[in-house]
Amino acid sequence: MSHTPPLSLQFNRRRLLASATGLAAGLMTPRLAMAADTIKVGILHSLSGTMAISETTLKDVMLMLIAEQNKQGGLLGKKLEPVVVDPASNWPLFAEKARELISQDKVAAVFGCWTSVSRKSVLPVFKELNNILFYPVQYEGEESQRNVFYTGAAPNQQAIPAVDYLAGKDGGSVKRWVLEGTDYVYPRTTNKILEAYLKDVLKVAPDDILINYTPFGFSDWQTEVSRIKQFGSAGKKTAVVSTINGDANVPFYKELGNQGIKATDIPVVAFSVGEEELAGLDTKPLVGHLAAWNYFESIKTPANAAFIKEWHNFIKNPKRTTNDPMEAHYIGFHMWVKAVQKVGSTDPDKVIAALPGTQAPNLTGGTSTMLPNHHITKPVFIGEIRPDGQFNVVWKTKDLVPGAAWSPYLPGSKDLVADWVKLNCGNYNTVTKTCGGS
Amino acid sequence: MAVARALLAALAFACALVCGLVFDQATAAAAPLDQAIAHFTADDFDETIAGVNEATASGSPRAAIIIAALQDGKLMFSAEKKAVYIQDDAGNLTDAVTGQPVAGTPPDDLDNVKINNRLRGTIAAALGQLTLLSSDPQKRYDAAQAVFKSREASALPGVEAALAKETDGRIRTALEQAHAAIVLTTPGSTDAAKLAAIKIVAGRGDQDALALLADIPAHESPAVARAASAAIGGIQTRLSVWEAVQNAWYGISLGSVLLLAAIGLAITFGVMGVINMAHGEMVMLGAYVTFVVQEAIRQYDPALFDYSLAVAIPLAFLFAGAVGIVIERTIIRFLYGRPLETLLATWGLSLILQQAVRTGFGPTNKEVGNPSFMSGAFDLGGMVITYNRLWIICFALAVFVALIALLRWSRFGLEMRAVTQNRAMAASMGIRTSRIDALTFGLGSGIAGMAGVALSQIDNVSPNLGQGYIIDSFMVVVFGGVGNLWGTFVGSFLLGIANKFLEPYAGAVLGKIAILVLIILFIQKRPRGLFALRGRAVEA
Repeated sequence: MSHTPPLSLQFNRRRLLASATGLAAGLMTPRLAMAADTIKVGILHSLSGTMAISETTLKDVMLMLIAEQNKQGGLLGKKLEPVVVDPASNWPLFAEKARELISQDKVAAVFGCWTSVSRKSVLPVFKELNNILFYPVQYEGEESQRNVFYTGAAPNQQAIPAVDYLAGKDGGSVKRWVLEGTDYVYPRTTNKILEAYLKDVLKVAPDDILINYTPFGFSDWQTEVSRIKQFGSAGKKTAVVSTINGDANVPFYKELGNQGIKATDIPVVAFSVGEEELAGLDTKPLVGHLAAWNYFESIKTPANAAFIKEWHNFIKNPKRTTNDPMEAHYIGFHMWVKAVQKVGSTDPDKVIAALPGTQAPNLTGGTSTMLPNHHITKPVFIGEIRPDGQFNVVWKTKDLVPGAAWSPYLPGSKDLVADWVKLNCGNYNTVTKTCGGS
Repeated sequence: MAVARALLAALAFACALVCGLVFDQATAAAAPLDQAIAHFTADDFDETIAGVNEATASGSPRAAIIIAALQDGKLMFSAEKKAVYIQDDAGNLTDAVTGQPVAGTPPDDLDNVKINNRLRGTIAAALGQLTLLSSDPQKRYDAAQAVFKSREASALPGVEAALAKETDGRIRTALEQAHAAIVLTTPGSTDAAKLAAIKIVAGRGDQDALALLADIPAHESPAVARAASAAIGGIQTRLSVWEAVQNAWYGISLGSVLLLAAIGLAITFGVMGVINMAHGEMVMLGAYVTFVVQEAIRQYDPALFDYSLAVAIPLAFLFAGAVGIVIERTIIRFLYGRPLETLLATWGLSLILQQAVRTGFGPTNKEVGNPSFMSGAFDLGGMVITYNRLWIICFALAVFVALIALLRWSRFGLEMRAVTQNRAMAASMGIRTSRIDALTFGLGSGIAGMAGVALSQIDNVSPNLGQGYIIDSFMVVVFGGVGNLWGTFVGSFLLGIANKFLEPYAGAVLGKIAILVLIILFIQKRPRGLFALRGRAVEA
């Protein structure tokens, strides 16, 4: 595998411009006269490779948020300057690019990563160079780092409420469960938590749980779907909990539609399927299948309407959808801005100390708070797929749910708490009273 | 639930006896629908379910229309005006109860009555009851199936009435099964009726029947329980036979996809010996041609949508073929005989093509629709055959036959074989070998483009489409025997079927690993693959 990002760097206008002006400046005058007048913000999202499909949008939304902030006068009297790099869906390259952002570009904070493996690969860099990462994607939990702020959902803000909904009356009182996932860390950990939750809390018999994994980019779903159909014909209401990732979803839903599995027979609730994934799909056969998120584009609030309008203006395409990780960046960015304003500095240590307790409005009418465990409070919504590819919210939590870093349902993590304010520890063991592991 | 419903029904009956004497008949018929309609303005799922049930029970001819509109999301309500409307495709409103058009501007708080999965089940059951006597045979059949699934006890009189009138054999069977399903799940049925019902349901023999029989409570009399478990055993035996057939079918289907993906490579890699890592991107380009063609058709003449693939196939062949020829002329011809450099150059090329498409079309998936003849499925005995897979198998076979015919009978095919077998001799016979090289590479690329049209029907159309197939394609060509099209043919179907028989036992991940291990062992034993080329061509 080549470590050189293909082409995209050359297409990246900012870089081209920066190097061109840099060159010009270097020729004529001593460089870097302007550099001190801006605050740099790193954007670490893949613009090429397999993850570009999801991450490019997040780069764009960050550019929009930064431009918006600059229009309102910037931050601490300075303009914000986005620094975009392309880690090219290549996990080791994420670490290299993170190092480049922090050491060379001297960014004040980084917004980035999508897959858990990319986040894991940059963790040591952020720790070593002491910078801040805002991570905007729902993930498997079981982590809390001093330098990372998790603005996506932890399992208790997505997976557990979704299962509760399906087991309830409105969800169809599901008694039999298929946990279908792509074979990597997020589905495996989430399914481990869900399996423990189903067995211990909902008292589901082991025979009524089917767990199955498929490889990345899997496209021949015939056998899997007919297996689900067969599993569902045991006379008990059956549902599928899908942690299928990315591209594999489209053929999966196509096969469901073709084999005639309707949401009324066997509903599928997905944790990685949003408006963006459905955009490449004829959704009519999928009406009624579910997704659990903390944000849907179809939610009607003034803040959301304004956000969608701004997004369409910025991207110059009224058809582009908005989604949950975009909202996570929206919240994370505003929290960072508030924390920086509060301490009057972008010094990472000061900002990290100021962030817990910081509040920022989310797009669904509430106010999210950064918690001492570096996760945030969020509402949970269950949406049903509509014929137009949007979601109808059929259920939501009454209050905002605080994100839990460590799952109480796993034997390895049930005694752990993360608290960076009082304990200054991401994995404090309440039994042994020590910081540092299970 | 059932007890509560029975109690309610009894209460309603008693009330009707008392009240019926007081109320005049006409108001009694109109009032229930009005009351039912009022539930829809509450914007609450429980209320809406009550509304559907009451509308069904009202016996009004408008009930079926209203509930169908609810199912389609066309039932609108205004909480302020306490009114319910049906909206047609043009956006015009009609009053739900009277069916009269509504004049003037629509109310400000107009919104559609929301439904969820629980409601969809209720709606399907209600529509089933209401359309059992429809004049359209397909509707009657669907209605009977809906009742079979819902097993709603209140539908029993309707089913019996429909059975008395029905003459169509297929619908009669469906109705009898629906009747049996209700009898089996109604607490008051006699053992004799239940035994007869089990027999009817067992005759259905599919997974729905299995689900129904498995659901029979354990406290039934021994005779019923025995009959049910015997029926379950019978159905399971039948289904397990069908499962093997189904696996074989899935294997053939996977094999056809492998064949389509690999057959172009069998020419560029197999015949020409070019390690072409950009092969997958030719497939991807073909898929994007399909997308562009469909977009154009959507824009200019949506009626032609079903023909979009027929237009896309030749265009994809020509476009990918042309790109292939350009690549051969500008890059590959300088690298003949240097496999490592070819590999690296084509790998770089594949990245360039991917990023070019990503820059041009954006990184997100593009929607490529299935034409109507490729959507849906039909039942064949105990298995489901989806039309898109069936067509792809036909298409793969057609492409293979056409290619074999081209190589066997056309002048180009003859020259191509001559160049492959003995380049120097072919050149001295007056064949322009470099032109043949370019055309051969173009042919392989063009076939990959056509494969892209087919794959766009089952996979994502994204810049990454090709990457998923490149490894599989090489696997098939190497396994089948480099340089032999029949080897590719047999290899792809063998691998497909083996994969699909392993998958149910080992899972998709382990199944794939097992296949790879088997191929490695096989290649150890027969390094030239299934069908090894013999003779001078091998040494050349």
